[in-house]
Amino acid sequence: MRIDCPLCGARDRREFYYKGDALALNRPAADVPAEIWNAYLHLRDNPASLTRELWYHETGCAAWLVVTRNVSTHAILSVVLARDEAAEGMS
Amino acid sequence: MRFSALKILTEGLSGNGGWTPHWGNPDPKPEYDAVIIGGGGHGLATAYYMAKNHGFTNIAVLEKGYLGGGNVGRNTTIVRANYVLPGNSEFYSHSLKLWEGLEDELNYNVMHSQRGVINLFHSDGQRDAAARRGNAMINQGDDAILLDRAGVRKILPYLNFEQERFPIYGGLYHKRGGTARHDAVAWGYARGADRLGVDLIQNCEVTGIDSRNGKVTGVQTTRGAIKAGRVGMIAAGRSGQVAAMAGMRLPIESHVLQAFVTEGLKPCIDHVVTFGMGHFYISQSDKGGLVFGGDLDLYASYAQRGNLPAVEHVIEAGVTLMPMIGKSRLLRSWGGIMDMSPDGSPIIDHTAVEGLFLNCGWCYGGFKAVPASGWCMAHLMATNRPHKVAERFRLDRFETGRGLLDEEGTGSQHNLH
Repeated sequence: MRIDCPLCGARDRREFYYKGDALALNRPAADVPAEIWNAYLHLRDNPASLTRELWYHETGCAAWLVVTRNVSTHAILSVVLARDEAAEGMS
Repeated sequence: MRFSALKILTEGLSGNGGWTPHWGNPDPKPEYDAVIIGGGGHGLATAYYMAKNHGFTNIAVLEKGYLGGGNVGRNTTIVRANYVLPGNSEFYSHSLKLWEGLEDELNYNVMHSQRGVINLFHSDGQRDAAARRGNAMINQGDDAILLDRAGVRKILPYLNFEQERFPIYGGLYHKRGGTARHDAVAWGYARGADRLGVDLIQNCEVTGIDSRNGKVTGVQTTRGAIKAGRVGMIAAGRSGQVAAMAGMRLPIESHVLQAFVTEGLKPCIDHVVTFGMGHFYISQSDKGGLVFGGDLDLYASYAQRGNLPAVEHVIEAGVTLMPMIGKSRLLRSWGGIMDMSPDGSPIIDHTAVEGLFLNCGWCYGGFKAVPASGWCMAHLMATNRPHKVAERFRLDRFETGRGLLDEEGTGSQHNLH
């Protein structure tokens, strides 16, 4: 598996650390009810098709990436900087 | 048909024409007292014990593929009871006791081999942790022996004792641990359940879960609607898709774990040996193949195959620990889809829908749990109360934070197990 980092180009999977579902970009406020935090921390859609995930380019540029991937085929559809996704989410 | 030495002898002398199918191939009935979604090890064991222990014989197991075609046929067959946390300890202890009587119980040769499991350790701190674990196992009524370096060398002389990175300080020896023939476990439970009247329905995918006024009423399948007042979801890596049909999101991520087998060799590895620091464990099958594996590929996957970095990592660790295996040739590798929970421990519990029960979260340790998981899931589905050795496998422990079962001590969070 190779991931096409927007800053570094296509790199081997070994350079990246996998965080999981990209919902970390939507961190709840500290004072919301426990079930919202439970959903954020633990519950997952866990689809067998397309996922949006956070990967960290640990031994490359150290950027956090949002990778859209098909988890049944391991095909990678898009890779964007998490910074840009987060900025879009807030606008 | 019961198996016996006499039966084998007479069949052998008369052309083996008298063997009959192990189980039937019924069409689904419109209604059952209970249906179990998933015909793997856990689902089949649940059906068997519901019929045997609780008298539920009007039940069905619904399997979208063929019986035992998922993780129960894709694992590395290790059976052990070396857990430390209350909750896990009594459960796996119960499971090992069931394993010890399983062949008599099922009249089926599951090739259960108590050849011993040795977990290696490589520092003073790890030795302390192994001693604590061993004491917990003994307190639970199971067995454990703390081996020093010389003790390990005596029974595993072929290890590389000279390696610098992870010098072998000793090992925790669990003599009652071992292996079993994985397919035979599924087949034995399937045959046992079939003989007790359970309908085993293959090529039958569940496409919907029906409920009314908060109570489950049945399932929709590719072979028609089936009514049932009790439904068990036992779908391992596919648990997320099954639960979604009931409107639930689970604390589960599905990941791929690879395993490997070499060409058949003369007997050379007599135990199960685990090298946790290197991410490697190994045993030798009765056919002679070295069966080994390591850690997850560490990304979500439903592909039932992994990537080469994990292959390289596992084999590097293996050759570091036991250089002699470097000469063997790899026959094949495969991947299974693991239902990973945040704390690394399973869930056997009610859901918010009355009559709908959940069994999942086995991570990469589901095989050894098959007998007790079936036993406890059957108890839950039949009596509506958790079995006492599985009552801590609660679904709500992640939300409340009470009773987390973080056996590895790494934290209760996805991607840490």
